[in-house]
Amino acid sequence: MKTDDLINLLSTAAEPVAPHTGARRVARAMAWSFPVAVVLMLAVLGLNPALGAYSRLPMFWLKFLAPLSMAMAGLVLLERLGRPGMPVRKIWVVYLLPVAVLWAVGLGSWVTAPVEARPALLYGLTWSICPACIAMLSVPFFMAAFWVLRGMAPGSPRLAGAGAGGLAGAAGATLYALHCPELGAPFMAVWYVLGMAIPVVCGALLGRRLLRW
Amino acid sequence: MLQGLAGNAKAYQAFLQRLAGHLRAFFRRRLFQCPQDVEDLVQETLLAVHNQRHTYEPDQPLTAWVHAIARYKLIDLLRRRATHEALHEPLDEASELFAESDATAYETHHDLNKLLDMLPDKQRIPIIAVKLQGRSVSDVAARTGMSESAVRVGIHRGIRKLAACFRERNTS
Repeated sequence: MKTDDLINLLSTAAEPVAPHTGARRVARAMAWSFPVAVVLMLAVLGLNPALGAYSRLPMFWLKFLAPLSMAMAGLVLLERLGRPGMPVRKIWVVYLLPVAVLWAVGLGSWVTAPVEARPALLYGLTWSICPACIAMLSVPFFMAAFWVLRGMAPGSPRLAGAGAGGLAGAAGATLYALHCPELGAPFMAVWYVLGMAIPVVCGALLGRRLLRW
Repeated sequence: MLQGLAGNAKAYQAFLQRLAGHLRAFFRRRLFQCPQDVEDLVQETLLAVHNQRHTYEPDQPLTAWVHAIARYKLIDLLRRRATHEALHEPLDEASELFAESDATAYETHHDLNKLLDMLPDKQRIPIIAVKLQGRSVSDVAARTGMSESAVRVGIHRGIRKLAACFRERNTS
């Protein structure tokens, strides 16, 4: 068949397409992944019993709002990654900005703390499970984000996979902050960021396989 | 393109026609070592533009969108080629030189008719009748006993499947 035949074939199959498919797909994905992740969090980990008292501490809000703002940027990022030729560099910077804030606050707290208090600030009591818990809570978001991208056309599958992981990690960390008892800034700067990085790496690796079109 | 998205077949056809010309030039410049791939890639990209047209939003320049798709398909082809060739080292370079004649250079690798044969009946028959023989959807529905929406769905799914067949063929 010649190219002209193909064009005729395609043009007679030109059903109208609804606008904003990407944004609607993102919304639908979040509509099922968010409740699943919340249930997972409540069932496996549970809310922090001291959450009421924590809500008066600035450190809690840093721990909660930093990943939340990353997740918000991640939603925009995801929608853009699914569309060929959309610029994404700026939104990546916005996404990563809270990490810089976490590192700056963490470093500040580390250098001003007395030497003997430093290990407690860095390791807390839960450092060994924090990254794994964040990665676990990110799984529903991760699947949802990949579902979004598989219905779209990511120009760079590996980068798109990393972006999907970025959204998932940040959303997982936001939920985990409602359980986590830690308040040390160096703890967040290291273990939260590590936990959020796990789905990013997984996404980049899986993207090349799962996001081709 | 915008009118095409709204369902205007005439405008969409004209758009695809012009696009094919641009794509041919674009790929020919970049694939001067393997001109036999150019027309394949043009067709594959046209199919991708069609199947992914829901990812275009008017907040973006159309050229950027099309260019990104063409670039993706080009890189995808080169990458598949590279893996393929790494696995199957050509045995004899000298004999390869005469293996392909000039006459086939600008024809497509895969006969799309053969690709159509790979589709199930309920997708292939509507495509051939409506698209290639120019019958109306209602006519085909009456002749085959399928409902009109089944004919439309068959065409839609068939075109999506063609893109997948294309990719498989390109690798083998």
